[in-house]
Amino acid sequence: MYKFSNKLKTFSFILMILGALGVGYGFMTSHKSLEDVKLMLSEEASHHGSGHGDSHAVDHNNHPAKASHGHESAHGHEASAHHGDAHAEHVMHQIHNRPWSALYVAAFFFMMIALGVLAFYALQFASQAGWSPVLFRVMEGITAYLLPGALIVLAIALFAGKHIFIWMDPEVVAHDALIQGKSGWLNKTGFAIRGLIFIAGWFAYRHFSRKFTKAQDESDDNKNYIKTFRISAGFLVFFLYSESMMSWDWIMSVDPHWFSTLFGWYVFASMFVSGITVISLITIYLKSKGYLEFVNANHLHDVAKFMFAISIFWTYLWFSQFMLIWYSNIPEEVTYFITRIEDYNITFFGMVVLNFLFPVLMLMNADYKRIPWFIVMTGVVILIGHYLDIFNMIMPATVGDRWFIGIPEIASVLLFAGLFIFVVFTALTKAPLLSKGNPFMKESEDFHY
Amino acid sequence: MEASKVIHAIYTDDDVLMSAVKAVKAKRFHIEEIYTPFPVHGLDKAMGLAPTRIAITAFMYGLVGLTVAVTMMNFIMIEDWPQDIGGKPSFSYIENLPSFIPIMFELTVFFAAHLMVITFYLRSRMWPFKEAENPDVRTTDDHFLMEIAVNDNEEELETLLKGTGAVEINLIDKAH
Repeated sequence: MYKFSNKLKTFSFILMILGALGVGYGFMTSHKSLEDVKLMLSEEASHHGSGHGDSHAVDHNNHPAKASHGHESAHGHEASAHHGDAHAEHVMHQIHNRPWSALYVAAFFFMMIALGVLAFYALQFASQAGWSPVLFRVMEGITAYLLPGALIVLAIALFAGKHIFIWMDPEVVAHDALIQGKSGWLNKTGFAIRGLIFIAGWFAYRHFSRKFTKAQDESDDNKNYIKTFRISAGFLVFFLYSESMMSWDWIMSVDPHWFSTLFGWYVFASMFVSGITVISLITIYLKSKGYLEFVNANHLHDVAKFMFAISIFWTYLWFSQFMLIWYSNIPEEVTYFITRIEDYNITFFGMVVLNFLFPVLMLMNADYKRIPWFIVMTGVVILIGHYLDIFNMIMPATVGDRWFIGIPEIASVLLFAGLFIFVVFTALTKAPLLSKGNPFMKESEDFHY
Repeated sequence: MEASKVIHAIYTDDDVLMSAVKAVKAKRFHIEEIYTPFPVHGLDKAMGLAPTRIAITAFMYGLVGLTVAVTMMNFIMIEDWPQDIGGKPSFSYIENLPSFIPIMFELTVFFAAHLMVITFYLRSRMWPFKEAENPDVRTTDDHFLMEIAVNDNEEELETLLKGTGAVEINLIDKAH
């Protein structure tokens, strides 16, 4: 049995407290009035010389052209009379949105890790994989975070409302024919009900698979294993539909005019690779503390192969989405990438380096996949890269060019990292780290590359 | 120098063969070669063969393919006959990069795969109309053959091999 060390517990509490303080600070400082924002803008204009002020005005004139950008089109309508005021108001909204968005990105990132691991876990059962059963208890520990994590994401989404999802603002919808046309799907009630259905389905699978595998440890036949196998196959079907719809609801709808048909897959690739990376990181941590004596370099090698492969898969989807939209160059589609390339250049292309180039070059060699510190180093980079991926999905729609990775963003990550560590390692203490009843356990223990 | 006399031990199961290889290696006999109808996972490690370097050549071939793709498309699409790609007449390779990436990927894979196979054939000394080297035709069907050098110790070897589950043990005089 694993014992949650006091050191790690204290560490997780420190993260949570620091995070909560930072998030609070973010909300306090974002309460800027219109006057403050005007003052700030004029200061910025004088700092950068008059040229910058002009370019702002020009930029604002162009906004109706980039109409698919939710907030901007909304304010573009009001902008005709008082250009300066409308711009300042627009910036004020972006500043107000920032702590909400930062909180949401971090909450989603950690929820997505747990959800990705749950899908991976179900896949191991459905395919009757022989190498992975030694890691099942680690995966079950991580998926314990799914229920609280997903509820938090949904709560933030509903609570933040128009600060993240422009279509939740009745004012905007009243002036926007496109969102009105989508209001059958994009309305607050539907959003909440769908969210609860997704979460209930995921949680039900996690609850029963955990129950059956624990019962399997005590029994002398394979009945419980067969039950887990069946519900895993069923869950994967539910998961692919629910995950895809979840990504439309929880992410894609921040840009309610824009849509991409492979968005669900793209988000899935991101959550899958982040989840697999966290499996390897927690396994290496537990092993360094003297647990998991049955896990060896061969198992790590296979997990690292998945990190390598799914990183490439993510890049494939990222590029497929980007290239088709870039090539066809249709205004309402391409505006999504124009915002990201103009205002988020460093994070947009930087994440491709972190999520593709780095893991490909680091994990290509077979021997490197067996060295723990190498996997940890690459894993941390992959996690940073996929945080940025979520950041790039949400922020351009909510804060526009008023973004920065500062106290609100880092504090939100710390807050949820602390909660994640606390929930996951508490769950790990609840059952033996080897699910000894699994019929593939012998094969898994003897597995060698 | 190759021994002039060798023992051919024949097995009918890859798992039996694997444990036999381990037993023979443990007694420090020299295994000259093993002929199998299909690749046996982990056999190279059990025999103590040096790790293959074909992955390194594959990486280099991939780089060659990438270079060929970039040079070729830059010449065809940008320099020789500038093309308006996707309504973006910038005539710059880097600005049209997204539309070139699939071809860059394809040629990287194409070069790596084909040249790797050719390298493998050459390194294994296989070419068209080459006469087969395997000493027993059954190794192309369902038998596994282990060839062990003999240095006046055939009796000791034979008892060892019988114990490992060989179905047939033949002493062969290699005529060079």
